[in-house]
Amino acid sequence: MTTATLETPIPTKPAKQKVMLVEGNEAAALGVALARPDMVAVYPITPQSSLVEHVAKLIADGKMDADIVDAEGEHSVLSVLQGGALAGARTYTATCGPGLAFMFEPYFRTSGMRLPIVMSIVTRDGITPQSVWGGHQDAMTVREVGWVQVYCETVQEVLDTTIMAFKIAEHHDVMLPVNVCLDGNYLSYGTSRVELPNQEDVDAFMGVKDVNWHVALDPLRPMAVDPLTGGSGGKGPSTFVRYRKGQCKGMQNSLRVIEEVHAEWAQRFGRSFAPLVEEYRLDGADYAIMTLGSMTGAAKDAIDEARDAGKNVGLIKIKTFSPFPIDALLKSLDKIQALGVVDRSVGFRWNCGPMYQETMGVLYRLGRHIPSMSFIGGLAGADITTGHFHRVIEATEKLLSSPAPIEPVWLNEKD
Amino acid sequence: MYEVRFHGRGGQGAVTAAAMLAAALLEEGKYAVSIPSFGFERRGAPVVSFLRCSDREIRQLTNIYTPDCLICVDPTLAKSVDIFAGLKPGGTLVQASHRPLEEVVIADTVGTVGLCDAIGIALQIFKKPITNTLMLGAFARTTGVVSLDALKRSLEDSDFRDAGLKQNMVALERGYNETTVHTIDRRVAA
Repeated sequence: MTTATLETPIPTKPAKQKVMLVEGNEAAALGVALARPDMVAVYPITPQSSLVEHVAKLIADGKMDADIVDAEGEHSVLSVLQGGALAGARTYTATCGPGLAFMFEPYFRTSGMRLPIVMSIVTRDGITPQSVWGGHQDAMTVREVGWVQVYCETVQEVLDTTIMAFKIAEHHDVMLPVNVCLDGNYLSYGTSRVELPNQEDVDAFMGVKDVNWHVALDPLRPMAVDPLTGGSGGKGPSTFVRYRKGQCKGMQNSLRVIEEVHAEWAQRFGRSFAPLVEEYRLDGADYAIMTLGSMTGAAKDAIDEARDAGKNVGLIKIKTFSPFPIDALLKSLDKIQALGVVDRSVGFRWNCGPMYQETMGVLYRLGRHIPSMSFIGGLAGADITTGHFHRVIEATEKLLSSPAPIEPVWLNEKD
Repeated sequence: MYEVRFHGRGGQGAVTAAAMLAAALLEEGKYAVSIPSFGFERRGAPVVSFLRCSDREIRQLTNIYTPDCLICVDPTLAKSVDIFAGLKPGGTLVQASHRPLEEVVIADTVGTVGLCDAIGIALQIFKKPITNTLMLGAFARTTGVVSLDALKRSLEDSDFRDAGLKQNMVALERGYNETTVHTIDRRVAA
């Protein structure tokens, strides 16, 4: 598949940008506005987040030119956007927790129909025991449904990634929906300094809108969309395999596209984010801890303190969780002798964190045994501080000389 | 790194105050991050919010456990909540109170106290006990960490739910002008 060069040339110097102070949810909304979606659908479920309120206000104030549909539930929200995307619109929504659970059926359909819808997940812990606080359980629960999922570390990264998400989703080699995950509470309500790109520069970055070219709700070229397929007879099996294999290929292609889009972003706007896997002080490290999302800031501070104390430890952060960046992670894992993985959710089947479970698969491919263990912290709004990370570092260091425990360590068990 | 913990009750604007202070610090070229604590934000229930500022980029997005300064925007809170938990030795308390220093609850770790009759002044300005902008003025006066001018510019960019910008500007200035600052001399006390 070829990709037309629709973008304007990249300027030699990054553009000047306005400095503001915003919470993560507002940063996401500003990113959405800059990406110029045609259609937004939302449902103000309790608990929603202030993200959709910020989007609604931008539209009401005339700062964003998009149709907004206040649907009757999250299931309808995504169904409405599917219609919009099929008609060629750039589409956006945000959800979390119970809302995400309620939209699961159209959520599955979105990736199957290869619709490049962008949806922020302001991540929350699971619905019961009753909690409306942050955690990664909601996003982790839907990680196997063919959406690209990226996790942000800072408020600035939320803003920038939200814009990049549209370009990644709509790339003709990808054509998949993208979740931009931002940690509920610490990132969504954390207020910090951001640089806001200019509209013209974002327009140049996004290029000409070409959302729907493979299938369309277009009266001039009527066609069947998502026909019944599969089964064991006729062309059913091969047709179904072609669709599924194409989805898997799109997921794998996204790894390359995510890297390309991040590289272009860095050139145009002067801000670099590791697109798949970030290494922090990993060179020369004997062992490493692994993080995801907003916990990483405190982890980096802990790594600096541990390094100052003579410990040979580094950090690996995952940004792109789905598809899991196997090759990029292999390169990082190849540098170390022991690993501690910190998850903000649980994997019930394996009695460990989901990111740890995924990483064990990658460790197998490494072909060399690295002792590792799982840490679970920050559930339901709990804090993961530098103090917690020092415990993670100490426990991981012990793996160099003694057997790895099978059970996970619950970081907030005594908080 | 300078860390501030705000204590208040739901509806008094402690969370908004942390965000406004962060904006003012940004005006002065500093890095600042504010985070609300997460609980059920009912009117009247104790709430906490956090602010970090630094000359360098701030990476950790966590709550604050060992603050340099406490801003308590409610005069009765210290009776029901341990507002002094984790305060660094010699730390600062900026307290809304109409009482003299001798009658204010102060932990051994406190080195400097700023007192402002924020409720009394707020009732004059807003006819309601909204003390957050007043106490930002009191904080500026007590610590000098932020200037009154930067706070004024920050307020100009804020949305106010319960009152207008003009009233909040008056509150900020009166908070600054009507705060008394006391240094606690521990050597004498010992």
